[in-house]
Amino acid sequence: MSDILLIVSGVLVISGGFFLITGGIGLHRLPDFYSRTHAGGLTDTLGAGLTLLGLIFHAAAEQSGDWGLVVVKLILILVFLFFTSPGSGYALVRAAFTQGHKPRLGIQVPEDRLWDGELVRENEL
Amino acid sequence: MLIVSLFAIVATMLLALARALLGPTVFDRILAANTFSTKTVLLIAVLGFITNRPDFLDLALAYALINFVGAVAVLKFVRYGNFAQAEIELEIPRDPNEAPA
Repeated sequence: MSDILLIVSGVLVISGGFFLITGGIGLHRLPDFYSRTHAGGLTDTLGAGLTLLGLIFHAAAEQSGDWGLVVVKLILILVFLFFTSPGSGYALVRAAFTQGHKPRLGIQVPEDRLWDGELVRENEL
Repeated sequence: MLIVSLFAIVATMLLALARALLGPTVFDRILAANTFSTKTVLLIAVLGFITNRPDFLDLALAYALINFVGAVAVLKFVRYGNFAQAEIELEIPRDPNEAPA
């Protein structure tokens, strides 16, 4: 039973690590701020969720004595991340949009009007 | 298994740190700092399991709470320019057909 739990824990933790790396690469390669928010949100929800779920199984397998408190703490961290991460992501995007940060769309624009990823009102800040 | 996860978390933290240093706008930097702090929570939790001391989870829990407050405070500063102002004043046109409350 303990071995099965450890195997499940390993699979969950490693898939969480895969999503973490994917989100980290996406933070670098995606073209503008709004799409980078997607990469950051991916690491915050899927990467952190899978890793913490794997740690829950690991605690149930390894901690023979009082693993109940450890599991409760892990679930608390999971719940806090799942509530706060979308909230701060939404506030971030709303602040950016309020400041006049334009998303980069897939429309061909004339070369002289091409917006280059800079904040529109950056000089005023 | 946990060692592999630890390396993945550290690699993601380095990538987020590089984005925070490079980022063209202030929002990119805030996003990268937010990602970095979430990864700090995960790093503390995984490190506690590797060293077989799950008491580290208390620290991770405190970090998870601090992150949110810090992110919202920075965003409020970016949006309004100070920490004191609560709401932005907007003129919302009322529907003339609507009965007054």
